Amino acid sequence: MWMADLPAFVPFFIAALLAFLTRGWLRNLIILATPLLGGVHLWLDVTPGIVTTVPILEYELILMRADRLSLLFAYIFHIAAFIAAIFALHVRDTTQTVSGLLYAGSALGAVFAGDLITLFIFWELLAISSVFLIWAGRTERAIRSGMRYLVIQVSSGMLLLAGALVQYYQTGSLAFDFIGLEGISGWLIFLAFGIKCAFPLLHNWLTDAYPEATPTGTVFLSVFTTKVAVYALARGFPGTELLVYIGAVMTCFPIFYAVIENDLRRVLAYSLINQLGFMVCGIGIGTALALNGTVAHAFSHILYKALLFMSMGAVLYRAGTIKSSDLGGLYKSMPKTASLCIIGACSISAFPLFSGFVSKSMVMAAMIEEGYDYLWLVLLFASAGVLHHAGIKIPYFAFFAHDSGIRTREAPVNMLIAMSIAAILCVFIGIQPQYLYALLPWEVEYWPYETTHVLSQFQLLLFAALAFVWLNRLGLHPHEMHAVNLDADWLYRKLMPDTARSVYGFLKRTGHRIEDTFDSTLKDAARSMISTRLGRFNLAASWPTGSMAFWLAVILGLFLLADAMS
Amino acid sequence: MNEPDPRPENRQHLFDNPRNVSLVIRSLYIVCILLFLLDFILHRHVTNKWDGFTSFYALFGFIAYVTIVLVATQWRKLVKRKADYYDVDG
Repeated sequence: MWMADLPAFVPFFIAALLAFLTRGWLRNLIILATPLLGGVHLWLDVTPGIVTTVPILEYELILMRADRLSLLFAYIFHIAAFIAAIFALHVRDTTQTVSGLLYAGSALGAVFAGDLITLFIFWELLAISSVFLIWAGRTERAIRSGMRYLVIQVSSGMLLLAGALVQYYQTGSLAFDFIGLEGISGWLIFLAFGIKCAFPLLHNWLTDAYPEATPTGTVFLSVFTTKVAVYALARGFPGTELLVYIGAVMTCFPIFYAVIENDLRRVLAYSLINQLGFMVCGIGIGTALALNGTVAHAFSHILYKALLFMSMGAVLYRAGTIKSSDLGGLYKSMPKTASLCIIGACSISAFPLFSGFVSKSMVMAAMIEEGYDYLWLVLLFASAGVLHHAGIKIPYFAFFAHDSGIRTREAPVNMLIAMSIAAILCVFIGIQPQYLYALLPWEVEYWPYETTHVLSQFQLLLFAALAFVWLNRLGLHPHEMHAVNLDADWLYRKLMPDTARSVYGFLKRTGHRIEDTFDSTLKDAARSMISTRLGRFNLAASWPTGSMAFWLAVILGLFLLADAMS
Repeated sequence: MNEPDPRPENRQHLFDNPRNVSLVIRSLYIVCILLFLLDFILHRHVTNKWDGFTSFYALFGFIAYVTIVLVATQWRKLVKRKADYYDVDG
């Protein structure tokens, strides 16, 4: 179609410029054609092994490094960008359209980056382009949240740059291949990736900002940033055992927050971290099966998570709220959205015949193979948690539960089309996983559909569903209510500002007190000075400077005397 | 945003009828019983040191779910604040 070695981000950046200049059907054509043609071109023309470099001064930037790993991420990014573009087709907001295209392009730039400087450039572009999708919410909360998001994302980039420079200083190479946790550069880059991948305690930018973006913006956000981080970890830190433990924590702690969270898009944000946890575990294990599992799970996760965010975006768009305490009974007005949401819920819960089942099980199987029996149990526990918050809570409280009385219209046609494409792909991957498996980077024999696996998965999920029914009957299920739940961001959203405010107040008060005390003491001293005989000398007329000059002369005189006598 | 529903308000929907709700719940009970029994009939090979005993996954799913909900309910007591907690300075 066009040159095979043309970096994949270029069409998106050109499209962003064109979208800025055009309006109406022409702009719609541009935003749909770009991911579609770009994806077809990638599939047909770009083969593993293609490398494109651009010399800058004495350095060569590797803008395109195509191999099976980067290509698979690029395929799914094109598919997701296409679906998200259809979902956002009704939006007449240039800011969102342009930043969406730049954001998708930056993600492609990052996964094809062959050196750390190129990666850094796209890492920061991801942050800068995506923040406009949050600010496009145009509420004060969105603007504040976007600012926090930007600070954290840019800091991640700074760490990456610092790590890259240390690596260059130590090894003379800026290649982006296996990095590992050897030395300070490895740790700096690991931390940079960890921030973007929402490692525990570094995760709150995600749960803070994603739910504040526009209904369509959150769909874009859910796809790119964190998956670029997963890709970067899979490239730079496969087999790093620490990641297995970090991943296990990531699968578990968000499920408790998701149970008690009222904002359904924030529930999905916590759920996103939980899903990333499975991928991070796979990277930590580092075997071919585990890494294939991570990549496959990233692929299917992008689709069902986008589907869930789209369904909640449609609810927000139509009902005007996404608080589960205010929703319920929407299946009456939005039956198609409800059905599509349930497909997403089944996929994320990993029901057999849906996409999550065929990808997550690879990571679980790899865990057993490598002898992580206890952590496997943790992941199984987290799987029951997924069923709770994403499998049941999302569809149940939005579309069923008690009737909120909200009567609205079904989602717009473009939204339904986008959700349907994602839903079809979720089911297709679930029932025909061999096509996804054939694209995976490593050669491994794996087949998820065997009796033991299917039976045990059904038992796990349906007995968990039974627990939901039982708890609901007993009235033990936590009520949905308007509230904020404190998380690690309390440190920088409350403790640090409050501490800074009180320290500032204390210093200000102390300053005043010191000023007052000195003022009165000096005045008293001046008064008593004037009342002495000395006060009658001319020196006292300009008290501070005069006395300073006088005493300086005395000291210098004493020095001269001492020097003369020695 | 809030657009009126063109359909009449008094229309009977699927789950307005309590019989349909109980039908769904009863179906779940039946499927769960069948899955529980299948563990005795089908040969489920052991993959790790946990899942050797019968109905491991069923019990684990049920207990895990209840634990998650009950622990989260207690956790909420600790972390819950008013909705405008972060919007108010000081």
